[in-house]
Formats: sequence, structure tokens, C-alpha cells
Amino acid sequence: MFRKLHDPGPATVTVHIDGRPVRAEAGESVAAVLLRQPEGWNRTTPVSESRRAPYCMMGVCFECLVEVDGQGSVQSCLTPVRDGMSVTRQQGRRSLSA
Amino acid sequence: MSDHHTDLLIVGAGPAGMAAAVTARRHGLSVRVVDDQSAPGGQIWRAIETVAATPRLARLGEAYRAGVDRAAAFRACGALYEPQSQLWQIEPGFRAFLTRDGRARSVTAEAIILATGAQERPVPFPGWTLPGVLTVGAAQILLKTADSVPDKPVWIAGCGPLPLLYMTQLLAAGGRIAGFLDTTPRGRVGAALRHLPQGLGRFGDLVKGLSWSLALKRAGFPIIRHVAELRAEGDGRLESLHYRTQDGREGDVAAEVLLVHEGVVPNIHAPLALGCAVKWDAGQHCQVPALDRWGETSQANVFVAGDGAGIGGAEAAEPRGRLAALRVATKLGKLRDDAAEAAARPERATLSRALALRPFLDALYAPRPQVFAPADETLVCRCEEVTAGELRTRAAQGRPGPNQLKAFTRAGMGPCQGRQCGYTMAHIVAAVQNRPVEEVGFYRIRPPLKPVTLGELASLDEQEPAA
Ligand SMILES: Cc1cc2nc3c(=O)[nH]c(=O)nc-3n(C[C@H](O)[C@@H](O)[C@H](O)COP(=O)(O)OP(=O)(O)OC[C@H]3O[C@@H](n4cnc5c(N)ncnc54)[C@H](O)[C@@H]3O)c2cc1C
Ligand code: FES
Repeated sequence: MFRKLHDPGPATVTVHIDGRPVRAEAGESVAAVLLRQPEGWNRTTPVSESRRAPYCMMGVCFECLVEVDGQGSVQSCLTPVRDGMSVTRQQGRRSLSA
Repeated sequence: MSDHHTDLLIVGAGPAGMAAAVTARRHGLSVRVVDDQSAPGGQIWRAIETVAATPRLARLGEAYRAGVDRAAAFRACGALYEPQSQLWQIEPGFRAFLTRDGRARSVTAEAIILATGAQERPVPFPGWTLPGVLTVGAAQILLKTADSVPDKPVWIAGCGPLPLLYMTQLLAAGGRIAGFLDTTPRGRVGAALRHLPQGLGRFGDLVKGLSWSLALKRAGFPIIRHVAELRAEGDGRLESLHYRTQDGREGDVAAEVLLVHEGVVPNIHAPLALGCAVKWDAGQHCQVPALDRWGETSQANVFVAGDGAGIGGAEAAEPRGRLAALRVATKLGKLRDDAAEAAARPERATLSRALALRPFLDALYAPRPQVFAPADETLVCRCEEVTAGELRTRAAQGRPGPNQLKAFTRAGMGPCQGRQCGYTMAHIVAAVQNRPVEEVGFYRIRPPLKPVTLGELASLDEQEPAA
């Protein structure tokens, strides 16, 4: 959906999205990385299980929820990438108090 | 100043929060600034410190570049700055609860300035929940923070200064635009011009606005005027886009990304949760906190500054931040009343100059009626997937208010707490029940301001003994 305009060079880190290693730039958000992936979505909804992707990128829509390093329902637009981070797309009802 | 306590807590490190912090420090207050971003700047100057070191700075324009000095002054002012910290509750007295990196803790302060800014007005239409539909602001955040642009030529729909600014920035960065669906209704310019005399002092801004349009016209992409209705379609992602103009002209285009924008509205969840009085702003079609001339809310020692106080732009946000800080300094005994009044005078003059053009912009870019009356099949509540049709049916049965409708339908009960459906719901209720929207009001907002996990609560307990 989106593409990055520059090569991060030495600022490159690796995150794992559903187990697949993906290059990212230190400091950018997990949501920005997800929007560059061919799948183009990050969760399915609890009600109709339809696919959703980041919508606002500023913390007010909660569409960008993913699991990060085992913790569910993390707002990926507010979460900077870290080298070695594990990101999992979130399916259906994922308890918000997990 | 202990680890947990400061005189003043400022929430938000945008133009308003940074200006407030610098002023409060100058008058000897201890200040903590918390912000959910990883660096200072707020929306307008997001990622300014990182970008300033790159050639990308020039592509984002002069108004963006102005943030370099502001961030530097803020860094040097001696406020305790806590990035990546999301505020989710404030108890009277005041104790504020924050989460950083999945761990929560609480801090205390004598006074609070909420400088939490604005969010984009939600733009509901059939298919707006499909992956590939984002706000213009979201795309601009991707450009500023991740140097990312839509892969293919992008469709943009909406009105207001932000789409024009983003399109200019996108072209300068080498992005491509498939077309602009301008949703400004016919006849708006004439209506807006009536508000201009007041704004003549800001003629420079107006010319700047028009020159954006020229740059965009030169780029040669199609501009379709007076678009009234939109529909996004696709199987699990956006594939095509249907539009209809006020004159009934229709079109279907293939699209991978559609960016939408219909103005911004104040972030009022924090003041609402604190029980601060709010009122309806008919010119901006949203609720704003009721404030005195320093920005103090109906709750003593709670202030709102910046676009959270009513949309005024960054140039209004800064004087508003400084006015609030001056008043806090007076209330906490660091500044005499007459000295505060004297210092406030130039700030008020700056503020009224900055606001002079607002009535014109508000009238020109008022949201088109369809934003508040989406087609029945439209999901109004994105979180709980409640349609406009369902809300209309329920709203007709026994004249329920927003909170009853929420209980009946679950609209507004999801994690976004009505940030995406609140105004649409209010307008639907108003239309069905034939009441003015200002009388319908908003959902009752209770803390926490975001869903809090058991893990966060557990980390809070670990802190308590030391508090
Ligand atoms: C997406 C978007 C993009 C915009 N882009 C521009 C632009 O390019 N140019 C322009 O002139 N105007 C822009 N604006 C308008 C904007 O409102 C500016 O006028 C200006 O940034 C307002 O300054 P402020 O200090 O009031 O708030 P902001 O700059 O919005 O700063 C508020 C800060 O508070 C933080 N915050 C909010 N809630 C919490 C919380 N609960 N916990 C912790 N931190 C929190 C936010 O992350 C933000 O950093 C934009 C608005 C939006 C919504
Ligand atoms: S994209 Fe809206 S909250 Fe993250």
C-alpha cells in the first residue's frame, strides 16, 4: 500500500511479522511497517471478522491493534519498532485485558 | 520536585504544550510534560527533530521548519519531558495515570494543562473501514515519520487546508496523485466571503492557500468538484471507489489507497472524563470545553490550551499555551496578578490575530451535510460495527439519548470510546428526533481514556508503596 522513499542504511532493524523477518527503520512505528507489507491488514474484527488496517495513525481509532512480543491489543501506530520485535496480526475477539 | 510530583503537569508536547512549558519554567514552576509520541512537536511538527537532520526538511515546507526552534527551546527549558507516555486517567487533586512501554504509573501535580490537540473529523461512508482507506492526516504522519508514500497514484477526497498541504508535500517528495475529489459544496466561497472583513489582516495566509492550489493545478491530476457521496468497495481491501457529485455526476475508479479528510475537531475526551463543562461550537460543528480567558475549565486548576480548546491552528495554540501557563504561575503564587495581566496582553493580541481568519475557513470548509447523514448501510461505529440504519431505527423508538443508544446498540462501547462515532451518532439522533444537535450532546465519557490491561494495572501496584 505504501513504500518508503529512502534506504534506512545503518538505521535498519529487523522485526518479525507473523514470524517473517521484515526490514524496518529505527524510530518508525510498527503500523508504518505493516502498511508496507503486501497483506495490507493487521487485524480482523471481533464482530464480523473483517480485515482492518491503520486508519488514523495517531492513536484515536484503535484499528491498528496487533500483538507485540506476546502482548495483545497494542496500538501499533503508537509503538516504535525495536530490533527483534515480534508482531502478530490479531484475529477476531482478542481480550483487551490480556 | 520529587520523582512523582511537579507544580504543573502538561499533557501534550505540540505547539501549545511546548509553549506552556517554556513559559511556566520561566516563572519558576516545576513542570512535567507527557506525550504519547516519541519526540516533541505534536501534529504540525511531528518528528521535526529527526527530519531536521535530513534533506526531507525542505520538502515539508516553511511552517514545518518553524518547529525546529520550538523543539529546541522546549528541550532547553528544564521541564521534565516524558515521551511515549499515554495519559489514561486523572483523579482530582491531581493524580494522573500514564502508560509507557506497557507499564503504568501515576504522577501528581497542583495544576494541569491539557494540550492534547485535535483529531480529524471522522468521515463515515460505505466501505470506509476497508484497509486502504486512511485519513489524509494518517498519510501525512507516514510521510513525516516514516518517509513513506502511497505506492501507486493515490485518490484523495475531502476539503480543508490539510489535504492541500499534504498534496503539496506529497508531490514535493515524489509521490503521485490519481485525483482529488473536492467535497466543498457549491456556493461555499460566496458564503464564506461574508466572514472575510474580520480576516483581512491575515490576507497573507489566504494568498498562501491559493498558491497551493496553483501548484497543485500545475501537477495536472483530475480535480472533481462538489463531490457529495463516496463509496469504497473491495474484498478485504480497497479496490474501487465510487463517487457522486451534487449535480448527480457519477464515477467509478480503481483505487488501492483513498485518503479522506473533512477538517479537525478538538480532542475532548480528557476534559469530558474530568467533568469539565463543554459547549457546542456551531461554527466548527463540534464540542469545545467552556473556558475562561486564561483557558481554565469549569474544574479549578484544569486548563485546556491549543486546538483542544477549539480549532485555531498552531499560531493560536502557542499563545493559548502561554496564557494558561501564566495563570497557573499566578495561582501557585509565582507571579503577581498585574504582572500576569501585563504579560498576557501581547499574547491575547497574537491570539486574536491568529484567529481572525478562522470564521472564514470554518464557513468555507464546513463539513458537507452527508458527513453527518451517512447512508443506512454505513458502519458508523467502526469498533462494534453498528450501522447508521440500526442507529436510526433505534433512535426512533422512545427518543433515547446517546448513552441509552450506546447501551442498546453497543455503538461507542469499543476501544475508541466514541472518538469515531460520537458526532455521527449525535447528528443521526438529532435528525431522527427532530432536535438540535447541541441538545443531543455526546456519550458520557468515563476514565480510563483507553483500555487498560491487567498487566498495566499490575505494574501500577508495584509503584504504589513508593508513591
Ligand atoms: C493528523 C493531524 C495532522 C495535522 N497536520 C498539520 C500540519 O501539517 N500543519 C498544520 O498547520 N496543522 C496541522 N494539524 C492541525 C493541528 O491541530 C495544529 O494546529 C497544531 O499541531 C495544534 O497544536 P496543539 O499543541 O494544540 O496540539 P498537537 O500538535 O496536536 O499536540 C498534542 C499532543 O498531545 C499528544 N496527546 C494527545 N492525547 C494524549 C494522551 N492521552 N496522552 C499523551 N499524549 C497525548 C499528541 O500525540 C500530540 O503530540 C494537524 C492535525 C491533525 C489531527
Ligand atoms: S491507526 Fe488509529 S489508533 Fe492506530
